[in-house]
Amino acid sequence: MTRYDHTSRRRFLKGIAGMGAVGMFGQFVTGCAASTVASPREEVLLAPGPEVDLKLARQRIEVAGQSAWATTINGGIPGPVIRLKEGQDVILRVENLLEDTSSIHWHGLLVPYQMDGVPGVSFEGISPGETFEYTFPIRQSGTYWYHSHSGFQEQTGIYGAIVVDPAEPSSYGETREHVVVLSDWTFEDPRRVYTNLKKYGGYYNFQRQTLANLGAHAARTGGVFDAIRERFSWARMRMDQTDLSDVTGITYTYLMNGLSPGENWHGLFSPGERVRLRLVNASAATFFDVRIPGLEMTVIEVDGMPVEPVQVDELRIAIAETYDVLVEPNREAYTLFAEAMDRSGFARGTLATTPRASAPIPERRVRPLLTMTDMGMAHGAMGHDMSQGESGGMTHSEHEMSDARVSHGSSMKMEHVHGEMEMSKAPPVCGTWVDGVFEHGSDEHGPGNIMVAQRAKTRLDDPGPGLRDAPWRVLTYGQLRRATPSSSTEPPTREIELHLTGNMERYMWSFDGVQYEAGMPAVTMKKGERVRVVLINDTMMAHPIHLHGMFFELDVGACERNPLKHTVSVGPSERVSFLVTAEEVGRWAFHCHVLYHMMGGMFRVVEVLP
Amino acid sequence: MKKLFDTLCVAFILLSVCVFPSRALAEEGPPVYGLFLIDQAEYGYDGQDNPLFWDLTSWVGGDWNRLWLKSEGEISSDASSLGAEAQLLYSRLIAPFWEVQVGLRGDLVTEQESLTRGHLVLGLEGMVPYRFEFEPALFISQAGDVSMRLRVTHDLFITQRLIAQSSAETNLALQEVPEFGVGTGLNDLELGLRLRYEFRREFAPYVGVSYEQAFFEAAELRRTQSEPSIRGVAGLRVWF
Repeated sequence: MTRYDHTSRRRFLKGIAGMGAVGMFGQFVTGCAASTVASPREEVLLAPGPEVDLKLARQRIEVAGQSAWATTINGGIPGPVIRLKEGQDVILRVENLLEDTSSIHWHGLLVPYQMDGVPGVSFEGISPGETFEYTFPIRQSGTYWYHSHSGFQEQTGIYGAIVVDPAEPSSYGETREHVVVLSDWTFEDPRRVYTNLKKYGGYYNFQRQTLANLGAHAARTGGVFDAIRERFSWARMRMDQTDLSDVTGITYTYLMNGLSPGENWHGLFSPGERVRLRLVNASAATFFDVRIPGLEMTVIEVDGMPVEPVQVDELRIAIAETYDVLVEPNREAYTLFAEAMDRSGFARGTLATTPRASAPIPERRVRPLLTMTDMGMAHGAMGHDMSQGESGGMTHSEHEMSDARVSHGSSMKMEHVHGEMEMSKAPPVCGTWVDGVFEHGSDEHGPGNIMVAQRAKTRLDDPGPGLRDAPWRVLTYGQLRRATPSSSTEPPTREIELHLTGNMERYMWSFDGVQYEAGMPAVTMKKGERVRVVLINDTMMAHPIHLHGMFFELDVGACERNPLKHTVSVGPSERVSFLVTAEEVGRWAFHCHVLYHMMGGMFRVVEVLP
Repeated sequence: MKKLFDTLCVAFILLSVCVFPSRALAEEGPPVYGLFLIDQAEYGYDGQDNPLFWDLTSWVGGDWNRLWLKSEGEISSDASSLGAEAQLLYSRLIAPFWEVQVGLRGDLVTEQESLTRGHLVLGLEGMVPYRFEFEPALFISQAGDVSMRLRVTHDLFITQRLIAQSSAETNLALQEVPEFGVGTGLNDLELGLRLRYEFRREFAPYVGVSYEQAFFEAAELRRTQSEPSIRGVAGLRVWF
C-alpha cells in the first residue's frame, strides 16, 4: 500500500478499508488498483469467501482538488475494483444509504435477470436504508464494470470496475496489471445538466462554427468559399456539424481512476514487464480516444471477451465498453492519454517506473467536424462535396420520400412487419451481410425524430470522426475477431430492425421515434431463438447501445469469428448488425449508454420468453 | 363578455411578471420541464420618449405538450403610457421542428384611459432551414377582428459567446381597430439587430438597434405616437 498512499484521499480511503470485514475484498479506490500479479496484494484481492459489501452514500468528496457532493460506493470515486473468480458463487451486498432508491447493475456479467439491477425492469430497486443481496454464479472471466441504474447516480459517482479472473490462469504473459477507469465528472447537478439540454440542446457546445473560426475552417476545407458552402449546407438541414458530444469539457472534468489530469494517476511498472491495462469507460456521456505515445497497445480482450490480438496505437472506447490491452514499456514514463472525442478535454495518467516520473502531455487535437459520411451521403463524400446537400444525404423527416426508395441493400428479401422482418427461405451466405447499404424507408419516425439516414452504411472500418486522419493505427470494429471460434453459426431465423432516433432541438431520444415509457411492450424473443438485430442510426451522434444479460456477436463479416460484445457504438448514419442467441430468459434492458439519451427515452425492454 | 376578456387580459399580464414555474422534474410520471426566458428587457434610446421594452417567452411541460406564456410590451420612460400583451397557449409538437399553439391573448393599452381586448390565438412555432426561428400567428379578437403576425429570428455566432440576433416582425390586419392603432392591410415592420455576450448561456447583456415603421392606414392612425423610428437599445437576455 505504501507505494500508493501519496494522496490524503487515498489515506482516508485506506482507513475505510480497515472497516471491512474479513470476507470483504476488493480495493477501495482504483487508484490503488495496481496489482502486481502474484504480489501479496493479489492475495488480498482474491481472498476466499467471495462476498462483497458495497455501501452507497451521499457525501462530500474532493474531485480535482475541489470539494463536491457525490454519490459514492464505499467512500470513493470510482467504487472498489470488485475482483471475482470464474466459477465462484458470489454474494454482493449493496446497502443503500442514499435518500433515493438505488440499484447496481453488473455491466457485462451473465446473471439471472432478477440480479441484473434495473429498477422497473428486473427488480424494484433498493429502497433507502435497505440492503439488497445479489447472489449469482460467475460464468465468465474478463474486465467488466458496475454502476447504478437509477436516476443520474451514475454521473455522480456510482460506478466501478469488475475483474473476473479466469478459472485457468491467464495466458497473456502479463507480469502486472492496472485497472484504468475513465469517467466524466461535473460539479453541476446532473438533473440540471439534463434540463439545460432540454431547454437548449447546444448548451454545452462551445466549439461551434463561428465567424471567428471561419478562417481555420477554410484552411481545412481548402477555401473560404467551400467552408461557407459547407456551413450553409448544415444550416439548411438545421443540424450542427460540431455536435459530437452533448455534454463537454465546459462542465466536465475527465477522470482516470478518480483523478483529474492535474492529479495524474500513476500506474507503476518495472522496465521489461508486460503490463495489462484493463480500460473501462464508466462515463455518463463521453467517448474517449486512448493512446500512449511511444507505446504500442495489443488489444487482447474487448468487453471482457478474448479477441485475436490486434496491435494499435490508438483506440476509441465508447461509453460502457471495456478494452484489455498489453503494453511493454521500457522507458521511465509514458503518458496514458484519453482525449474526449470532441477534444474539449482529456483524462490523463502516467505509466512510470516511479511515482514521481511523468511524460509530456500530448497536445489536444482540433475538434473534428461531422462530414457527409456521418450524414449518410450516397457517395460517402467527405468534407467539401456539399453541393448535393440534403438531396443526396440525410433527409428531413417532414419531407416526403417516395416509396420507390424502400429497398434493402443486402441480398435478403424482407417484408416489413412493424419493424420486424421475416427471413426468406434461403439464408444469407455468412459474411455477406456487412456489404449492405440501407436505403431508408418511408417511415420517418414522427416528430420525435429530426432526420433519417437516407443511405445508412455499415462502416466497420471507419474509426469515426476525429480519427479518420490519424497518422497511426487506430482500432476499428472491423479488426475484431473472437479468439476462439463460435460453435453456433446457424443463421438467424428472424430479424429485428431498430432505428436510433432523436430530436436534438428538444433533446428527445428514442428507438423508432418512440420514447420509452414504463409498461410499453417489450421486444420479445423466444428462448434459444437466434435473432439478427439491425440498428440503423438516424441521428448525427454516435450511440453506444447496450444489451443487458446476453453477449451478442457483432457482425463484422467474420462468421464464427465475429466478436462477442455487450455494447456496440453505432456511428451517425451507420447500420450495424449483431446476432444474438436468446439463451437468457427474463426481462433485459436495451438502451443507449449515453446516460442523458437513456433518460431522454432511448431505452427498450427485451424479454426472452421461456 | 367584455368584462371577462378584460379580466383575462389583466390576469395574463400579471402572470407574465410573476414567477413562472421554471422546472419541476417529476420523480414519477412523465417528466416536466420549464423555461423562463426574458429574451428582451431593454432600454430604447430614440432621443424623445426613450421607452422600456420587454419580451418574454416561457413554457412548462414535457416533450410533447407544453403550456406557453408569451408577453411583450412597452412603457414610456415617464410611465405615462403602457402597451402590453400576453398570450397563454397550449402547445403541441406536431413535426420534428414545429409545434402548434392555441390559446388566448390579452392586450392592454393605457394612455389617458385604459383599453383592453382579447383574442383567440392559433400559431406555429418552429425552425425553418438555415436555422431561422419562425413564429407565425393568427389572432381573432373578441370583436371578430382578424390579424396576423409573423416573427422571425436568427442567431449568428460571431464567437462562442458573442452572438448577433437578428429579428423581424410584421403585423397584418383584415379590419381596422383605430383605438389600438391597427389599420387594414400591412401595419408595420420592425427590424432588430442585437449583439449579446453570453457570460453564461443564461445571462447575456446586449446592445443593438431597432427600426420600426408603420405603413398605410396604421401609419395614419399612429401618426401622433410614432414616426418611422430607429433607436438604439441596451438590455439583458436572461433565462433559467
